[in-house]
Amino acid sequence: MSKPTLQRRPLVKKILAGADDNLLVIAGLGSSNWDITEAGDRPLNMPLWGAMGGTVPMGLGLALAQPTKRVLVITGDADLMMVVSALATVAAQAPDNLAICVLDNEKFGETGNQASHTSPRNNGPTDSGAGTDLAMIARGCGIADTGTVRDEADVAQLVKDLRTKKGPVFRLVKVMVEKLEFVMPPQDGAHLKDRFRQALLGHP
Amino acid sequence: MSATATPEWRDQIFEVLQDHDVKQVYHVPDAGHGRLIEACQKSNSIRTLALTTEEEGIPLAAGAWLGGQRSVLLMQSSGVGNTINLLGLTKTLRFPFLTLITMRGEPGEFNSWQYPMGQGTPKVLEAMGALVMSVDKPEDVKTTVDHAARSAFNGGQAVAVLLRQKLIGIKTFGKK
Repeated sequence: MSKPTLQRRPLVKKILAGADDNLLVIAGLGSSNWDITEAGDRPLNMPLWGAMGGTVPMGLGLALAQPTKRVLVITGDADLMMVVSALATVAAQAPDNLAICVLDNEKFGETGNQASHTSPRNNGPTDSGAGTDLAMIARGCGIADTGTVRDEADVAQLVKDLRTKKGPVFRLVKVMVEKLEFVMPPQDGAHLKDRFRQALLGHP
Repeated sequence: MSATATPEWRDQIFEVLQDHDVKQVYHVPDAGHGRLIEACQKSNSIRTLALTTEEEGIPLAAGAWLGGQRSVLLMQSSGVGNTINLLGLTKTLRFPFLTLITMRGEPGEFNSWQYPMGQGTPKVLEAMGALVMSVDKPEDVKTTVDHAARSAFNGGQAVAVLLRQKLIGIKTFGKK
């Protein structure tokens, strides 16, 4: 398979374009956090600075609590791999308002771009992964609507699916390895939680 | 165990959870919590989620709270070890968190594999900043769980209630 060509920052900007009070966004630690923040920090973003493995379950708990809002989880391949079985819990609950977008750069980006398990095999002794296919895992966990996006031509449909299609929707997006500026949201977790609840519920 | 011998404290826990408007209940399969889990599954006002690992329960509870709902995580002492890093979320986000833990690996335990995490459970919870409460008499269950729920949902604390093995009964696997 050819190297990924999609760039994560412009992609995430398109995914979040025109976000209104009906869109609740949870982003996993590291690059996904910086990505949604560059697209525009907003109270209804919950960017995580830690809690690796917890992004998808947090989106599920929120989606069940707010069935009339769209909940979008944006995270990386390694964050999902850490508690990948959470996809089975999503499938069991089948929330129709939840979409999961995994930005898969096939690397552990925050720690020096070591090959992650989703990297292809046979990339040499220091850069080989297992060729793990997260879309196939999501399907195997019982999420019926899964897909993989690699090309710019499919981005418009990707955005539409993530924002409006009946969930649970799972999309794996292969993205380039890039060195990007850190664009950081507030770090205080209690503040992030309180501003989110204030915007959503009218009280912290 | 016959139906008539089943202690009613499990039903009282269900009532307390309803009184506190708990909407999401997370669990892994557990004999100790079994009767409570079934009551939650039958309830129209509670969403019951079977987890693949207890670790899911902490961020689920955080997500539910972000969305304005209260939740509880039911687990066994062996599962507490699976939650440690994500328990930190209760400190960083400062959200109300309630967990009810059926204890194994306490004096009288038959299975040696249950001792390490059973004995480590209160220390691990305290190390991660949870308020740890404990109950070993059926008549104390309702008040203890109610106080725990108040500390969590009104006081904003992370609270764990240990349902001691003395309360639940010692698992024997048919041996005397």
